[in-house]
Amino acid sequence: MEQSYAAVLISAGLCALVVAIMVGASRLLGTRTPNRAKQSVFEAGNRSVGEVKTHRFPVKFYLTAILFIVFDVEVVFMYPWAIVFRQLGWFGLAEMAAFVVVLGVGLAYVWKVGALEWD
Amino acid sequence: MDLLIAFAKCLVSLLIVLQVGVILLWVERKGSALIQDRVGANRANIFGGILPFNLGIVNTLMADPVKLFHKEDIVPEGADHFLHWLAPFLALFPLFLTYAVIPFGDVLVIGDTTINLQAVELNVGILFVLAMVSLGVYGVVLGGWASNSRYALLGGVRGSAQMISYEIAMGLALVAVVLTYGTLDLQAIVRAQGDLMWGVIPAWGVFYQPLALVILFIAGMAESKRAPFDLPEAESELIAGFFTEYSGSKQSVFMMADFVEVAIVAALVTTLFFGGWQVPYLYRDGFHFPGGFSIAVPSLLVTVLQVLSFLVKLFLFCWFQILVRWSLPRLRYDQLMDLGWKRLLPYALANLAVSAVLILLLQGWTVRS
Repeated sequence: MEQSYAAVLISAGLCALVVAIMVGASRLLGTRTPNRAKQSVFEAGNRSVGEVKTHRFPVKFYLTAILFIVFDVEVVFMYPWAIVFRQLGWFGLAEMAAFVVVLGVGLAYVWKVGALEWD
Repeated sequence: MDLLIAFAKCLVSLLIVLQVGVILLWVERKGSALIQDRVGANRANIFGGILPFNLGIVNTLMADPVKLFHKEDIVPEGADHFLHWLAPFLALFPLFLTYAVIPFGDVLVIGDTTINLQAVELNVGILFVLAMVSLGVYGVVLGGWASNSRYALLGGVRGSAQMISYEIAMGLALVAVVLTYGTLDLQAIVRAQGDLMWGVIPAWGVFYQPLALVILFIAGMAESKRAPFDLPEAESELIAGFFTEYSGSKQSVFMMADFVEVAIVAALVTTLFFGGWQVPYLYRDGFHFPGGFSIAVPSLLVTVLQVLSFLVKLFLFCWFQILVRWSLPRLRYDQLMDLGWKRLLPYALANLAVSAVLILLLQGWTVRS
């Protein structure tokens, strides 16, 4: 299968070239007149105060990301099972059902506890 | 020689996605104007209008990117220059690459070489598409972070939280599709949709997995942060959300990522559920209708018809997404997350369970890979 992966590299190279040109186009073609007003970040007329990057962050984003990881790994495990599903038959279905039920209980718990609420 | 053919196919797929992205920009502007009972953009002109004819929308098509590329590239103070450049690159590059695995035709027979019309012939096509769409999240979160602006950062993180929430639903819907066809190869899936159910109806995916189609569509629209899911970049409210501090070509790259993602969702839906490049009853040597009637068609014309069919279906689904965007109001953020975790995820799991049981019970009628 080396043939197909060479095509991936060719495709990636072409796309990277095109996108890099598109991103760099303003650098080449546009003017460069830095100006204190233009460089300042947007705050609807006020001057922004304080560090942005060390500012405290709501923790619910972290929670969403962790839940995403758990369920995405579940989905990834389902793909090989789905391909050989017909050869595995009912036994394979029962195995995967056990796996999904365990994670489903996890989802139900997370739902009940309120971790999926966003406010 | 093989590498040359592969290079040509990659070039063709890249050109297709570039054209579709730019044309969608025009379709969006004129289409939304049509829906909102106004004229839309019609002011662009070449050479001051001395030409005796009006090139119409082509002026706008050419003027828009040219204008954006000539704007100044402003990097806000305190922003990381490398990340500021990297974010739009990471937003658009994976999306272009996704197109390489979408088959846009069956085979092109030139002399004695048969060229499979799929730029990158991977046998893990669906996984590749999912992986590339997941990479797009980096562009959003880096765009917010690299702007050194509180609002951009929040917009970026909210956007990425939305995207990852809907990726699970999308992945589960695709698992159901893989279950039906038994393969991850997109070209094989499209070829399998050339069969006929009961000898009359083409075996398109929509008849096998209608719920997966709905889930994929909704999740895809939420991934591309288009209305009604566009709170991260709510145009009339948050200026531009995570790409507020971008100007010039970097902003145009982010906007183009939006349209290319529309095209990708449309391409996925076409390929998996509506037969891709399949024209009903058209085989490699001509039409074979169920009554026994058949028309012989030369192979080059067959290829052209199939590529045309793919493009028509692609535009139909792009148009549908544009219709949805301009018809529905915006979802509030907690409603959005609700939809992703509490509705689409359980429905996708239920769909998977029912599909699996049905496939095992009815071994006879399911599509064989």
